[in-house]
Amino acid sequence: MSKVKSHKSPIRQAQGDPESIEGSKVKIDIDYVTKLANLNLTEKEKKTFEPQLEEILGYISKLSEVNTDKVEPIGHITGQENVTREDEAKPSLNQDEALTNAPKIYNGFFEVEAIFEENSPE
Amino acid sequence: MVRKDTKAMNWEPVIGLEVHIELKTKSKMFCRCSADYFGAEPNSHTCPICLGLPGALPKPNVESIKFVQKLGLALNCRIQLSSKFDRKNYFYPDLPKGFQISQYDKPFSINGHIEIKGQENLKRIRITRVHLEEDTGKLTHATINGRRVTLIDFNRSGVPLVEIVSEPEMSSSDEIKDYAQKLQQIVRYLGISDADMEKGSMRIEPNISLRRVGEKALPPYKIELKNINSFKFAQAAVEYEIERQAKILKSAKTPQQETRGWNEIKKQTVSQRSKELAHDYRYFPEPDLVPLSFKPQESIKLKSEMPELPHQKFKRLTLTYELSQYDAQILTRDIKVAEFFEEAVKIAKDHGLSPKEVANKIINKNINVKNTLPAQLIKILLESKKTEEIDDNKLTAIINSVLRENPKAVSDFTKGKETAIMFLAGQTLKRLKVKADPRLVIEKIKNILASSRKRKIES
Amino acid sequence: MTGKLRMKNVDITNLTIKEASKLIASKQIKVKELVNLHLGRVKKLNGKLNAFITICEDQARHQAEKVDILIAQGQKLGPLAGIPFAVKDLFSTKGIKTTAGSKVLENYVPVYDATVISRLKNANAIIVGKTNLDAWGHGASGENSDFGPTHNPYNLKRVPGGSSSGSATAVASGSCLAATSTDTGGSTRQPASFCNLVGLKPTYGRVSRYGVIAMASSLDTMGHMTKTVYDNALILNITAGKDEFDSTASDGIVDNYAEHIDKGVKNIKIGLPKEYFDGLEPKIKAAILKALKILEKLGAKIVEVSLPHTEYGVAVYYIVQPAEVSSNLARYDGIRFGFGREMFGAEAKRRIILGTFTLSSGYYDAYYLKAMKVRRLIRDDFINVFEKVDVLICPVSPTLPFKIGEKNTNPLDMYLADIFTVNANLAGIPSLALPCGFIDDLPVGIQIIGPDFSEKLLYQVGYAYEQETKWYERTPKL
Repeated sequence: MSKVKSHKSPIRQAQGDPESIEGSKVKIDIDYVTKLANLNLTEKEKKTFEPQLEEILGYISKLSEVNTDKVEPIGHITGQENVTREDEAKPSLNQDEALTNAPKIYNGFFEVEAIFEENSPE
Repeated sequence: MVRKDTKAMNWEPVIGLEVHIELKTKSKMFCRCSADYFGAEPNSHTCPICLGLPGALPKPNVESIKFVQKLGLALNCRIQLSSKFDRKNYFYPDLPKGFQISQYDKPFSINGHIEIKGQENLKRIRITRVHLEEDTGKLTHATINGRRVTLIDFNRSGVPLVEIVSEPEMSSSDEIKDYAQKLQQIVRYLGISDADMEKGSMRIEPNISLRRVGEKALPPYKIELKNINSFKFAQAAVEYEIERQAKILKSAKTPQQETRGWNEIKKQTVSQRSKELAHDYRYFPEPDLVPLSFKPQESIKLKSEMPELPHQKFKRLTLTYELSQYDAQILTRDIKVAEFFEEAVKIAKDHGLSPKEVANKIINKNINVKNTLPAQLIKILLESKKTEEIDDNKLTAIINSVLRENPKAVSDFTKGKETAIMFLAGQTLKRLKVKADPRLVIEKIKNILASSRKRKIES
Repeated sequence: MTGKLRMKNVDITNLTIKEASKLIASKQIKVKELVNLHLGRVKKLNGKLNAFITICEDQARHQAEKVDILIAQGQKLGPLAGIPFAVKDLFSTKGIKTTAGSKVLENYVPVYDATVISRLKNANAIIVGKTNLDAWGHGASGENSDFGPTHNPYNLKRVPGGSSSGSATAVASGSCLAATSTDTGGSTRQPASFCNLVGLKPTYGRVSRYGVIAMASSLDTMGHMTKTVYDNALILNITAGKDEFDSTASDGIVDNYAEHIDKGVKNIKIGLPKEYFDGLEPKIKAAILKALKILEKLGAKIVEVSLPHTEYGVAVYYIVQPAEVSSNLARYDGIRFGFGREMFGAEAKRRIILGTFTLSSGYYDAYYLKAMKVRRLIRDDFINVFEKVDVLICPVSPTLPFKIGEKNTNPLDMYLADIFTVNANLAGIPSLALPCGFIDDLPVGIQIIGPDFSEKLLYQVGYAYEQETKWYERTPKL
C-alpha cells in the first residue's frame, strides 16, 4: 500500500519524542479535531476549550515521568479470552419498534437530508 | 511488465485489490438478527445491537470467525494465534455506532497468496491480510415531495463481512478480473458466501496508480475505486483510470489522491467524497470484546476440515479421470458442475461410459446442473450413443453413394479444390434424415476418400 | 395477619430493605402502601432536591399491585420483592424515557431493558423513577446535568457528588430504599460518601453492562447505593453474574453476598496505602484513622503499604476515559433516536475533543498506548499489595461535599476530585464505599478496596465496621 500522509497534522508545533510529549508544547488543532469528531463548535466554545484542554494535556504529560520501556500495554482488563456465541438467529425488533425513536422516517426507512458526495457529478 | 496494448506507454499500472465479501452465517456478526436480509422489508432485521442503540453491546458469532479462518487457509495465509477486534471510528449515516468493529493490527490471517493467469505463466499475487468486520446499513437516495433525501435501511448493518487485501501487484484489468474470479470461486467452494456482485454480497475496490516502467517504489498517490458491482465494470473502470492517470502524468502533474466511483452511463470514473479526513480512523482495541486466541492444534483441525479447493479438484480430475486441462478447467469453475460430473461418472461406469464422454456431454451440451440429475444425463448420453452408432453405418453407406454419384466433385477435391468437399457434405447431409454435425461428415468424407486413394496407390 | 399489626405509618426515612422486606413478608404492609409512601416523598421533595428526571408513578403503582397479588397467592418471593428502587438515568428502561442527563436524549424511550433492570424486575423490585446525573456520567458533582443540579439532602447548598447524584440523593432523602448507579471513575463511591450511603463499585465484569448507556467501556461498572451494607449485598445477589449479551461479563460463580456477612474481621489484614494519606485534609484523615482504630479493636491487623503509581491514576484515566467516550458518543447523531450532536453540553464536547485528539493519527502512542502501559503498572501495584494484605482502606474523596458552583468553572479541578477513586476502575478491582462519620455536619466516607471478585470480603469488613458505628441512622433533616 502506498504510505501517504493524506491529512494535515493535528499539531501546530513540533511533536518531539512521541513518548514524552511535554505539556507546554502540545497545541490541539481544534478545527481539525472538531471536524474529526463531527462536532460544530462556536468560536466562543473553541476559545474556552483550547486553554482548558491544553491545561489537561499539561497535567497528563506527567506520565512521561514513568519509564515504560519494558512495560507491555495492559490487555483486556478481565483477562478473559474467546468469549463468543453460537450462530443462531432469533427474532428481531419489528419495524415499528426499530423506528419508534427516529425523528424522521419514510416508508419504513430512517430519513436524513440528502447526503451529497463531494464533487459528485450531479 | 507493461502490457503492449496499454495506451499508457512508458507507464506501468500498479493495482491492488480490496475485496469485501458478506459471510453466509445464519445470524449477524454481533447480534442474533437473521443475516438473511436480502429482499426483506426495510429495518425489519434489526435489534438494539445492530441499530447501535444506547447501551447495546456486541457478542461475536463464532461461525463467522471460523469462516474467515477457513478462507485464510484457502488463501495460503498464516492463521494468527492471537487476534482481537478494534474500533474503526468514522461518521457516516449508514454506520449506526459511529464506529465499525473491525480488525486493525491483529487480523485473523495474514501473508497469503492467490495464483492468477499472468501474461505467460501463472502469477502469484500476495495477500496482505484477511480480516473480519461488520457491514453497514444501506443508503438509498430519493426525492420526496421535491425534497432530496437519503433513506437508511439497517437490515444489512452488522452482517459479517470479510475483507481480503492484496498487495499492489497486479498490472492490468485482466489480472484483477482473474484475481477476483479466483477469489469468488474459492469462497463458493468453501460455502461461506454466495459472493454475488450484483446482490452486493461481493464488492471489489481496486486501488490503482501508475509509475514509470522499471521503477520499483510505489507511486506517491493512489486512487481507490468504489461502488463497482460487476467484474465487467471493474475492468472498464480500471482501464479508464489507467488512461486518465496517464494523461495527467504526461502533463507532468500528479493525480489527486481520492476515491472514485464508476458511472456506467457515462462510462467513466467520477470523484467521490474527499478522503482527507477519512484516513484518520482512530483505531483502538474494542473494549466491549475480549481478545481471541487459537491453539496450533485448532488450526490443524481446521485444515483437516477444509473442503477440496478449486486447484486441488482440478488436479484430481485431470489425474483420476484423464481429462484434458481444458475440460477440467471448465468442470471445476463451478463447484456444483464439478460435483455433478463426479456423480454422473459413478453412474456412467456401470454403463461402460468413460469419464471423457460424460465431460464432453456436460461441456458441449452446456448442461444446466441445477435442473438435471446425473442419472438423467447418463440416460441421454446412452440414447444419443445408440443413434450415433446406427448413423455411423448409415452415414458410410450414404457417403459412398454420394461419392459414386458425383465423380466430378470427387476429382475436383483430389486435385485440391477444397470447396468441393462442401458440396459433397451438403449432399450427404440432405440424404441423412437426422441432423448431423457437418464437421463430422466432412471428416468422414475425407477419411473415406483418403483410404480409397490409399487403396488405389497400394494396388 | 390482623389489621392491628399493620404499620401504615412506617417512618420510611429510617427504613432499610431488610426491614421493609420483613414487613412485606409478614403482611404488616402492602407493597402498594410502601410504594405510595415513597412516591409521596419523591414528589414532595423533588422540587427541593431535583433527584429525579422522571417519576414513574403509574408504572410503580401497577407493578406494586402485581407484586401484592403474587404475595396474596402465597408465592415465595425474594428479599427485593416490592422494594422501591430508583434507577440512574443511564440504565435503559423499556417504555420509560432514558435521558443520560442530556438534552440529546430528552425524548428517548428505549425499546429494551438493561440486564440489571431485567434482573431487578424479575426480583419484583419496583422502579419509582429515573434519577438525575451529570450528563453521560461526566462529572463529580451532579451540576453537569442538562436538567439542573441535584442538591445534597444533608445540606441543600452543597453537591451530592456525581455522577450518580440523583441516585445518592434519592436514597439519602428516603425517596426509595436503593438506587442503581454506575462507577467509571468514582461515580458511585463519591456520591455515596457525600450522602452517608453504602455504594458498591463491583469488579469489572461482575455485573453486566448491557443496556447501560456507555461512558468508558473498559472502566464502566454497574453499582448501587443503599443505606446499609447488608442491603447492598442483597442487591448484588441479584445483579451479579454472567450475561449472554455482555462479552466482558464474568462467568465466575456468584457468591451469596449476604450470607455470613457477620463473619467479622478477626485476623483480616488491612492495608493503609500511604499515597492516599500524604497531604490529606486533616479532618478527613482523622475520621478514617478513627475508623481503622475501630476495625483494629475488632481484630483486624493494620499494615501500612505502598501503591507507588497512585499519583498517575488521574492522568491515565483522563486519557483512557475520554478516548472511549469520544467513540461511545459517536452514535448520537440524531438519526435513529434523540437529537443531533449540537445538543451535547460543554463537558461532553470537551471530552469528545480530548479523546478524539489523543487517538488521532500521530498521537496514539504518546497518549493511549502510554496510558495502557501505566495502567498495567497501576494494576500490578494492587496485585503486589494484595499478596500482603486482604483489603485496603482509604479515603473516597479528597474533600467534603463542596458548594454548588464552587468547582464547576475549572474542569481540571473537577477531574482531580476523582483522585482516590479512579485507580480501582483502572485496575478493574472492587471497592465498597461506606459512611465513616460527619465533619461539620457533612458526611465522610471510606472505601474498602479488595482484589478481583472479593465483594463478599468487602461486605464482611464493611458490615463489621457499620455494626459498631451505625452512621446510617443519622438521616438528613428535610
